[in-house]
Amino acid sequence: MSKIQRIVILGLILFAIVFPLISNNDYFIHVMTLSFIWMIGVYGLNLLAGYTGYLSLAHAGFFAIGAYSLGLLTVKAEMNFWPALLLSLIITGVLGFFAGLISLRTKEHFFAIYTLCVGYIIYLVIDKWDSLTEGVRGLIGIPAPANIGPLSFETLQSHYYLVLFFLLLVVLIMYRIVHSLSGRTYIAIRNSEDLAQTIGISTMKNKLTVFVISTVIAGLSGALYASFVRFIGPDIGSIAIVFDFLTYLLVGGLGTLSGPIVGTLLIVVLSQRLQFLQDYRMLVFGPVLTLLIIFYPRGIVGTAAAWGQKRRSSVHKTRLNNLPEEQVKEG
Amino acid sequence: MLSLKNISVKYGSFAAIHDINIEVKEGEIVVLLGSNGAGKSTTFRTISGLSKPSVGEILFEGKSLNRVSADKIVQLGIGQCPEGRKLFPAMSVQENLRMGAYVHRRKKDEIKKSLEHVYNLFPILRDKKDDAAGSLSGGQQQMLAIGRALMSKPKLMLLDEPSVGLAPLIVEQMFEVIQQINREGTTILLAEQNANAALKIADKGYVFENGSIVLQGSSAELFANDEVRKAYIGA
Repeated sequence: MSKIQRIVILGLILFAIVFPLISNNDYFIHVMTLSFIWMIGVYGLNLLAGYTGYLSLAHAGFFAIGAYSLGLLTVKAEMNFWPALLLSLIITGVLGFFAGLISLRTKEHFFAIYTLCVGYIIYLVIDKWDSLTEGVRGLIGIPAPANIGPLSFETLQSHYYLVLFFLLLVVLIMYRIVHSLSGRTYIAIRNSEDLAQTIGISTMKNKLTVFVISTVIAGLSGALYASFVRFIGPDIGSIAIVFDFLTYLLVGGLGTLSGPIVGTLLIVVLSQRLQFLQDYRMLVFGPVLTLLIIFYPRGIVGTAAAWGQKRRSSVHKTRLNNLPEEQVKEG
Repeated sequence: MLSLKNISVKYGSFAAIHDINIEVKEGEIVVLLGSNGAGKSTTFRTISGLSKPSVGEILFEGKSLNRVSADKIVQLGIGQCPEGRKLFPAMSVQENLRMGAYVHRRKKDEIKKSLEHVYNLFPILRDKKDDAAGSLSGGQQQMLAIGRALMSKPKLMLLDEPSVGLAPLIVEQMFEVIQQINREGTTILLAEQNANAALKIADKGYVFENGSIVLQGSSAELFANDEVRKAYIGA
């Protein structure tokens, strides 16, 4: 990480920390908290789709599983928030494991379509299983996170910080994964599965690990959503949500570390700004997204990074060109 | 060390290779000759476990590989340097090499030693160790691909067309290095179209045509064979 990057990151974190203090508008804090929750979900999707190359459209389903697990455990089983949170992550992970075990037998667009179906089945189960999930009525009265000692999460501000904490935690975990051998292993799989196998990587084991991690993160996002909004309905597992995630990710930059933050923030802010257009907003978003994918498939962050790299290497090249002939002969 | 017994591989109903028999002894350099599409690469894919034979058996050090997955085969000691210098272009040279040592990932000291070994073999890679693999020249990429295969410390190394698309001078260097790797104790199975250079360093060879082996023998025999000379050496 370069010095500038470090300063920018510290600045952003600092801004996120003081944001509720300088903004007296509860509405902004509410929107910000929700964006943080989406970002966490998008990070989950990014690890799988961006780094490993497997586009899962089942992630709204796992978001919903996380949300409903937490909702049911706290409302119906009357569990304390924290063990319930842990348990919902485990539930999401276990279901993710089995879903991944089957889905990962397919590849590329087949995988996308297959997981789209998996996501829809999850949605249907939530919608129709009245006795457990209350079906279309939804779950009401999900409690705020329980106090930890003197820390309480009843107020909007405190909830904001809680979600921010989890977001930073997820970003840190992602950073560690991506910059480890595991991260390079996932990138190797995205590059070419055959090649990955011929250097001894067990592709199925690694893909399954990523799938489970990414569903658990989606589940975390869902659980945080449930405790923040206090009410959940089957709609949170609908296909529309996963396409929201995907839009945030594509705009920000697939397979980049800061892409989920940039994309989510931009789209959320834009759609708040354009609220006067109501559903006609989609008339703006649709074409813009299409153009972006045609001309900048790497998203905002990916394109910016590529520009930076190009500039650096052209500086490098001009320096090489200025060298006397015999020193450049190599190659 | 490695033997392929009556191997056939089918892609759908198309037989890519048919009834192949190959025997590689420890310490040898064995070359598979043949034009594009003759079945050399399929043979390699089958040995490395990416394709499974429909008929026949592959034995490596007496153990059948038929039901072993590709990643386990690397652990057993077969390293592959695939055709077309398949690297991880966005990763640096050093990262590519470290990925090659994936099966030894817990042995940090060994990886360091292997890295030194590869850098001594290809000093240019040391100079470029922080450059993206995709920015290297063709010859350097081929060196990196071979280096990466070496990082798994294979007992047997499969080299698929290491000379393709390289300048003659670089080809010569490449074959010298292959010979050196062999002297250091790695058995080598080589697929080549450049019969002249390959037969000079090989102990024996097999000639592929349309998915079958049409000729086999010691390097000297093949080198003296009129058909081989006509088809692959051009003299």
